[in-house]
Amino acid sequence: MAELSYREAVVAGIAQEMARDERVVMLGEDIAAAGGVFKTTAGLLERFGPRRVRDTPISEQAIVGAAMGAAMTGLVPIAEIMFSDFFAVCWDMIANEIAKARYMTAGQIALPLVIRTANGAGVRFGAQHSQSVENWAMAVPGLKVVAPSCPADVKGLIAAAVRDPDPVIVFEHKALFATRGEVPDGDHVDRLGTARVLRTGRDITVLALAAMVPRALEAAAQLERDHGISATVVDVRSLVPLDTRTILEEVGRTGRMYTVEENPRLCGWGAEIASIVAEECFFRLDGPIVRITTPHVPLPAADALEDHAVPSVARIVETVRRTAG
Amino acid sequence: METSLSSPARSSDAIDGATRLALYRSQLEIRLVERRAHDLFVQNLVKGTSHLALGQEAVAAGFAVAMQADDYTFCTYRGHHHTLARGAPMVGVLGELMGRSCGLMGGKGGSMHLTSVRHGVMGSYAIVGAHLPIAAGAAWSAQYRRSGQVAVCFFGDGTTNIGAFHEALNLAVVWKLPVIFVCENNLYMEYTPIGAVTAVEHPAAGRAAAYGLPPVIVDGNDADAVYRLARQAIAAARSGGGPALIEAKTYRHSGHSRADPAKYRPPGELERWLERDPVTLYRSRLVDAGIAEAVLRDLEVGAERAVDEATEVAKASPPSPVDVVEHDVWADGGSAWRS
Repeated sequence: MAELSYREAVVAGIAQEMARDERVVMLGEDIAAAGGVFKTTAGLLERFGPRRVRDTPISEQAIVGAAMGAAMTGLVPIAEIMFSDFFAVCWDMIANEIAKARYMTAGQIALPLVIRTANGAGVRFGAQHSQSVENWAMAVPGLKVVAPSCPADVKGLIAAAVRDPDPVIVFEHKALFATRGEVPDGDHVDRLGTARVLRTGRDITVLALAAMVPRALEAAAQLERDHGISATVVDVRSLVPLDTRTILEEVGRTGRMYTVEENPRLCGWGAEIASIVAEECFFRLDGPIVRITTPHVPLPAADALEDHAVPSVARIVETVRRTAG
Repeated sequence: METSLSSPARSSDAIDGATRLALYRSQLEIRLVERRAHDLFVQNLVKGTSHLALGQEAVAAGFAVAMQADDYTFCTYRGHHHTLARGAPMVGVLGELMGRSCGLMGGKGGSMHLTSVRHGVMGSYAIVGAHLPIAAGAAWSAQYRRSGQVAVCFFGDGTTNIGAFHEALNLAVVWKLPVIFVCENNLYMEYTPIGAVTAVEHPAAGRAAAYGLPPVIVDGNDADAVYRLARQAIAAARSGGGPALIEAKTYRHSGHSRADPAKYRPPGELERWLERDPVTLYRSRLVDAGIAEAVLRDLEVGAERAVDEATEVAKASPPSPVDVVEHDVWADGGSAWRS
């Protein structure tokens, strides 16, 4: 095990796969010579050369479209969209083209590709550079979607995404890039479609994703210490496929479900899970499902405002304390 | 506007007899299948929409005959002609239009998404402009794999006004990709004359300079001219010379889609273009070149019979079983979203 930062784990995951498979290539804005604006591709150009690590113009449609064309003809491209907000300028490629090609062609076209992007708040970039758009991707049939919360998961899920035969969107979280954690040495490949139980409690089950995971864990510690509420925390990790087995089991065990979601409220990922739990696990619930989300607003820039908008440890604790009785 | 490639095609370049017959056969088959597609609409055997390429056959034939078997074709929702020209079976095309299990995609794509990967037809794309970056990506893959393949991407004049066109052209030139972008300028973007909504006279060629490419215009109703230019551009791309942008001037005999009677066309315009019908023109040229009438007649009878037979086979084919609705979202063949 080595301790890596989240951003170093991105590099490590990509490098592991590029070293393994010559078909893996990368493209994106400032990913090669500059090593990425978040330094999540640092050193890859030097190690794998300009044929495999390619800087592009500011042309998100061309980046994602070229990845698609390359994937259907024998390569395994990793495309970077610098900020997930920019999905909006290439959403046709993602939602209409990539997601539907296999289905529309009855399986003639395969798209083994990965789109990586920096998602979420925490860096005070405002409404067009700090959104959480994981629920956009989750809503489109044909896309697999993961959002890792720690360095080990980053490396393992990127590797799993590259090896998966379907298109996978990897949401890296801007607020987590500097966080550190143990990452397995050597070949590390995780499994898509698996949630992880990070903490087991008796009273409530908290489901969280990406940057909300460390907040949920901290809130759980405070709830136990200060309020005697014992919480299970599940890192959802993968929105598509969704690990409903783990989720239903963990919610059913405590009888109370909370989500902590950074995406704006309406149609956030927790809404779908709430619907599944209500349909399939209703009689094991002891109280209402509670979703703790960013309000249904564009994200403000100022630090105090952003902090107020995105679920905080204090808001999680307060919401649970008020409702879990 | 001056039109050229690096070494201009000469009209005197000889095209051998077998190639000329292939060009004629391809155009004829497209013409007959498109007419049949229209008839099947009228009989309500084809639902939804469709965008016929009647009048644009020479562009498809000229390029397809010039391409190698493993080259890639990318087309738009007006893509029946390119799909057929690459050799996709008529039964698969007509069956797809009719939503039958014998269709190229078993009815899951329909008229606007004809795809036959084994014939190099890498898809028909119904969002204007989307397939230009995708074709560039296929060309990037060919370049990376050093496979010698070339991607040819067909699109309409209307596509030149959408962002993806410009992103793809720029990337293809910067990366020197083996991709040929072919604008079929049929004078109308859907219902609107292209000149009324475009800043330059020639919607594709007039933009070429912005990407450091020569402006190239070809008579899109002359299969020989298209074929010569295609051979040259493809050879250049295949040998590492980078992309080309070609504007083929042609005309859509019918409306934009099934729903469009094309009443916006000025009187006499259609008639003038029908005098330059690519299929009729080409037949006359073959006769003038000394090809026996009997040879052409044999070819025509054979093509008519093939279309009739394909129609009957497609009509007799059942619709796909409904369980395919949940097939092929993922590589495992299924559509499961939970684990």
